[in-house]
Amino acid sequence: MSVRVLVAKVGLDGHDRGIKVVARLLRDAGMEVVYTGLFQTPDTVAIAAIQEDVDVVGLSMLSGAHLTLAPLVVSALRDRGSDIPVIVGGIVPANDVDELRAQGVADVFGPGASAQEIVAAITALVPHSN
Amino acid sequence: MTIESSYERWRLEYSAATPRRERVTTMSGVPLEPVYGPPDAEFPGVYPYTRGIHASMYRSRLWTMRMFAGFGTARDTNERFRDIIGAGGTGLSTAFDMPTLLGIDSDDPMARGEVGRCGVAIDSLADMADLFDGIDLATITTSMTINSPAAVMLALFVANAEAHGVPRARLGGTLQNDILKEYQAQKEFIFPPRQSMRLVRDTMAFTAAEMPKWNSISVSGYHIREAGSTAAEELAFTLANGFAYVELAREAGLDVDAVAPRLSFFFNAHIDFFEEIAKYRAARRLWATWMRHHYGAVDERSWQLRFHTQTAGVSLTAQQPEVNLARTAIEALAGVLGGTQSLHTNSMDEALALPSQKAARLALRTQQVLAYETHVADVADPLGGSWFVEELTDEMERRAESLFAEIAEMGQGSMLEGCIKGIEDNWFQGHIADSAYELERAFNAGERIVVSVNAYTEGNEDDDLTLLRVTNEDEARQLVRLAHVRQTRDDDAVRDALARLSHDAADPTVNVMESLIGAARAEATVGEMMGAMVNVFGRYVEVPSL
Repeated sequence: MSVRVLVAKVGLDGHDRGIKVVARLLRDAGMEVVYTGLFQTPDTVAIAAIQEDVDVVGLSMLSGAHLTLAPLVVSALRDRGSDIPVIVGGIVPANDVDELRAQGVADVFGPGASAQEIVAAITALVPHSN
Repeated sequence: MTIESSYERWRLEYSAATPRRERVTTMSGVPLEPVYGPPDAEFPGVYPYTRGIHASMYRSRLWTMRMFAGFGTARDTNERFRDIIGAGGTGLSTAFDMPTLLGIDSDDPMARGEVGRCGVAIDSLADMADLFDGIDLATITTSMTINSPAAVMLALFVANAEAHGVPRARLGGTLQNDILKEYQAQKEFIFPPRQSMRLVRDTMAFTAAEMPKWNSISVSGYHIREAGSTAAEELAFTLANGFAYVELAREAGLDVDAVAPRLSFFFNAHIDFFEEIAKYRAARRLWATWMRHHYGAVDERSWQLRFHTQTAGVSLTAQQPEVNLARTAIEALAGVLGGTQSLHTNSMDEALALPSQKAARLALRTQQVLAYETHVADVADPLGGSWFVEELTDEMERRAESLFAEIAEMGQGSMLEGCIKGIEDNWFQGHIADSAYELERAFNAGERIVVSVNAYTEGNEDDDLTLLRVTNEDEARQLVRLAHVRQTRDDDAVRDALARLSHDAADPTVNVMESLIGAARAEATVGEMMGAMVNVFGRYVEVPSL
């Protein structure tokens, strides 16, 4: 059974180069990828993730709003009783990584992360993939 | 009848120019001509302008060192603007935050966490006044990098200047206002494409009639390239969008020579040095040829492609960020050798955050080294005649022409319709995403080396840059300012102004600019003005595609 990932853009950030490239790289690695488009809210992401029964949610954040929005996505999932892990990729300064982890984000990928690193991290988060 | 050679025309033009220095030599005293080439060559300042739009190029005037800045509140950004000017910057460009770019106010629930984060928050006339407080708008030209709400921002700018006694006709500056590339690449759209184009038409008509020194659109390839396109796609899509705006103006009954001289362009300077230079040279030649022969422009200024350049944000690395100083310097050099009219150099810390004051100053210093130490500005188009650069220029031109043909086919002969169809069919978006994927594939396969990322990573652990932090307190300060505006303004005047705006927006034969300026004066907010137009125009929803 292949790993299912929802990739999402939350808030007002329209930079979608990274999310599209990562989505294709995950597909190349044999994963199923769902993309819900731009300008989503934490609630719409959580609802889509649960409905699509994905294994991981990946947020792409390049506008500096990650400390506000990523924890809201985590809590929108937990409030609905879901334990789907949330990972973040984008422009995230190193100092913010610990803060995001403390708020329940499972992993963070900054600029320059390779496809291999991202695939390995997702695989490690999904028990049935092993 | 004798046909003047390019050289003879150049010599005539050059003799009318005022050089910055009388005698120009190399460091060792070798005298330098303003340009080199055999008598039968093409020369700068002469159609089709491959070698530059001015006969004297940087001999009479250096490029404008236009630094792009914006964060936090208007007061924070005003301080940074003054710092840039104090450090020798000669132009300004305003970066707006995401809520402003998407036409919502700082107190909108969707703005949470985004206020002042990647640009300055502008909610109303009061913010616009603070933004340019104490800056002489007559000597420092300003650019406003905004698209969907461009007409609203222009209205705020005009209302603010007029409140300070500067008539609109004297205002010089640039509105990015290039909505087509928003759907194609940057994705800061609000209204559907045709409704957006009506606002572009209104700003073009308004500035052509009332603001002769204002650039109505900065047709931008920068974001197309940053989103992942190739150099040839950046060139072709940008010029095609430019042709679309010319056709839009023509459909509105405006003369091509009334609008084309006020269109400017904005290109990326990426890391492939010679390809970028070839791209700029091909851009000038293509624009001149198309404006003259397809669109029948007769004013030479309509043929001359003027452009701003910004070094490539995507080429910057978060690892060993000081290396970005070298990348940016090389990219900036390509812009100068390619004959740019103005230049923004990125700061070394921009893969991590908005630039710190120190990093922004270093970026400006890079331009000053190029301008004053290296002598690269002494001779126009110094690479002209290089077999390699000339062939690469021709190849850029051929590739662009081939993409123009595809766009024209989508529009059944119309570039305007072709651009809109290409957006609606995800044609542009697909091209850009495919090219971005190919670059990333090559990177992951180790075919493309990025120093400090997939090679030469010793030193990646050092992390001693001091980054600019925009915090939730900055957001809170902006909310206080906005609440104050809402409390102190005349609510009846706001209601009336917004009603007039809704009325004018609903009638496509009316130009909305005057009612927008009226609403700006009444202290209506950006979100209220955009909201009134959303009610009339509707919202665009992109069909997600991977």
